[in-house]
Amino acid sequence: MAKLTIPAQELMHPGHSACPGCGPALTMRLLLKGLGSRTIVSVPACCWTVIGTPYPTTALGVGMIDCPIEATGASISGLRAAADAMGFKDLNVVGFAGDGGTADIGLQSLSGMLERRTNAIYVMYDNEAYMNTGVQRSGATPAGAWTTTTPVSGSGHGKTEAKKDMMGIVLAHHPAYAATINPSFPEDFLRKVEKARTIDGPRFFHALTACPPGWKYSSEKTIALGRLATDSGLFPLYEVEAGKYHITRKGGALKPVADYFHQQGRFAHLTDHDIGLIQQQVQNDWERLQVLEKAS
Amino acid sequence: MTQKVISGSYAQSYAALLARVQVVSAYPITPQTSIVEKLADFVASGALPAQFIKVESEHSALQVCVSAAGLGARTYTATSSQGLLLMHELVHWASGMRAPIVMGVVNRAVAPPWDIGADHTDTMSQRDTGWIQFYVESNQEVLDTVLQAYRLAEDPEIRLPVMVNEDAFYLSHTVEPVDVPPQDQVDAFLPPRDARAVLVPGVAARLGSFTGPDHYVEFRKEVSNAMRRVPERLRVIEEEFLDIFGRSHGGPLATYRTDDADEVLMTMGTMTTTARTVVDELRAEGRKVGLAKLRLFRPFPAEEIRSLAGGVDRLGVVDRSYCFGAMGPAATEVSAALYASPHRPLVSSFVAGIGGRDVTPGKVRWMFDALAAGEGAETSWADLEETRGLPVHG
Repeated sequence: MAKLTIPAQELMHPGHSACPGCGPALTMRLLLKGLGSRTIVSVPACCWTVIGTPYPTTALGVGMIDCPIEATGASISGLRAAADAMGFKDLNVVGFAGDGGTADIGLQSLSGMLERRTNAIYVMYDNEAYMNTGVQRSGATPAGAWTTTTPVSGSGHGKTEAKKDMMGIVLAHHPAYAATINPSFPEDFLRKVEKARTIDGPRFFHALTACPPGWKYSSEKTIALGRLATDSGLFPLYEVEAGKYHITRKGGALKPVADYFHQQGRFAHLTDHDIGLIQQQVQNDWERLQVLEKAS
Repeated sequence: MTQKVISGSYAQSYAALLARVQVVSAYPITPQTSIVEKLADFVASGALPAQFIKVESEHSALQVCVSAAGLGARTYTATSSQGLLLMHELVHWASGMRAPIVMGVVNRAVAPPWDIGADHTDTMSQRDTGWIQFYVESNQEVLDTVLQAYRLAEDPEIRLPVMVNEDAFYLSHTVEPVDVPPQDQVDAFLPPRDARAVLVPGVAARLGSFTGPDHYVEFRKEVSNAMRRVPERLRVIEEEFLDIFGRSHGGPLATYRTDDADEVLMTMGTMTTTARTVVDELRAEGRKVGLAKLRLFRPFPAEEIRSLAGGVDRLGVVDRSYCFGAMGPAATEVSAALYASPHRPLVSSFVAGIGGRDVTPGKVRWMFDALAAGEGAETSWADLEETRGLPVHG
C-alpha cells in the first residue's frame, strides 16, 4: 500500500466561504499542512479576506492578521521583527496574497521584503485576475484572457498584454528559495513547503490557483485543469534554491495548450491562430527553463 | 539626571531609547531624518536592542509597526509631510487595529510648491484617523511627551496610537538643553507593554478581520469611547510624571495669564514661546491679555476650552495650517466647542507661520490688536502685509 505523504493535520476548517472548486482554498489548506500550527499568516485585501470568514469567526487554525492590499511584504517584515524582538522561536511567518496584491499594487513592498532579507514565506496565489472584486484584469492575467475590463466585444479581444513574469522578478532579488506550486500536485506542493520551512531568509511561492467563476469552467474540473496547466508547459513546476534551478515535474512530451484553453470560457474567443502563437511561446519558455536548469 | 544639549529630533530618539522600543521602522524624509539616524546609531552600538526595519516607503514603515504591534511589540516610527500623507491608509489601520504605536511627526509644509518649513497641515489632514495628537513647544516637551505617549497608547483603557508633533527646524534642528532622565526613572514610569488583544503564536485568532454593519458600528464606537477616556487618563499619567520627573507641560490646554484676561490668543507648537513674551509686554502696557497653548488636539479638549472661555470676551485662534474654504482647523473646532457654552466669546481665526514663515513678536502683537478690534468673521492670514495693513517690524 502506498504511504500517505500528505500530513493529516487540518489547519483550515470547514465552514469557510470559498466558492466550490476554489484553488486558493486548496492552496491555503495544503500550505498549512506543510507548515503546522506555529504559523502566522498575513492576508491583504483579496479573496482570502472573505474566505477566512467574518468576525467573530475564523476558518484558520493559526493566527491571521489582515493588512491593506499593497502591504503584505511590509506586514511580514513587521511580524518577523516582532518575533525576533520578543524571542518567539520556530514561528513561520507567511504572507498570503493574490496576484493583483502582489504583481501590481503590492510589488513595491514585496521587493522591499525580499531586498531586506526578511525571514518569511510569501505566497502569491495567482488566479490571474482581481477575482474578489469581480474579475478585472491584473498584471498576472495571461494574454488573450477575457476579464470584465478586457472585454470580448466591439474592438475588444481580451487582454492584449503578456502575463507579468513574477518568478523572474522575484529571482532578480536572489531569494533564499523560490518555487512554483500547484494544488493539483499535492505531493510536489508539500515537498516544497516542507523544504522551504527549513530554510532561513526570504522565500517565495508562485501558486497557480484555478478560479471556476473567473475562468468560466465547471467547478469539478479544478484539479484536472490545474494538472493540464502544468503538463502543457503553461505553468511548469520548478524550484530555485540558492540560484540553482530544478524542474520538479517532467512528464515527457508537453500536452497541447489547446486542451487547456478549450475548457475555459475566458479563452472561448481565441482562434486557432491565437492558440498557435501561444503554443509557440510556451514551447520557447519550456526550452529556456530546461537550459536554465542545465546551466545551474 | 543628565542634561544634554540636543535637537528636537534627538529628543525623539532619546525618548524612544528610554522607552525601550522593540521595533523601529522608518523611511527617510527631511526634516525627520536625524531622528532615525540617531536611532540607527543606538541600535548599532547596542544601546537599544531593537529591530530596526529599514523600509522602502513610509506606507511600509507604518505597516511594519502595525503588524509588529499585532504580535505585542512596542514600536516607534517617525515621518513628516509627504511621508505622513503616503501613510494615510495605514494611519487609519493603526487605530482600527488598536495598535499602540508612537509616531514622531516633524510638522512640515505640504507640496506643491515644495517647502520644508514648519506647517501643521500634514498632521491636521490626519485629525480624523483615530490617533491621539500632541503639538509641543520645546525639546524637553518632545522627550517628555513621547514617554507620556507610550503610557497613554498602551493604557488598557485607551489602546490607540499617538502622534507627537514638533515644528520643523524650530524644534527638529534647534538645540536646547534637555533633561534626559535616567533609565531607572523611566522604567518606573513606563513598564513593559501589557499586551492585550494581540496574536499569540500557536493560537487561532484573527486580528483585523471583516464584518458587516452588524459589528462595524460597535468597533468604531469602541475607538470613539477610548478617545473620550484620554483626558482623564492623561491627567493621571501627567500627575505620575510630575511625581517622578518633577515636570509638567500643563495638560491638554496650558494657559498663561488668562485668569483676568479679556482677550486670549490660542496657539500651538513653537509660536507659543514667542506669544508668551508678547503677552508679558502687553501686560506691562496694562492690557488684560492671556495665552492658551493647545497641546492636545485629538481628542479635542472641548471642556477645557469652555472652561477657559467663561471669563474671556475675545478669543483668537492661531492655526499654523489652513482649510481652503473654511476657517483654520483649530478655530473651527474651538467655535464648535463654544457653541454649547453658556458664555461665548467672540472668536477670531488667524492663519500664521505656514510654510515655516517666522511668526514674529510684531505679528503676534498685530493679532492681539486685530482680536481687540475685530468682528471675528473672516480668517486673517497674519503673515501677509496686505492683511495686516501696515508694515510690521520685529
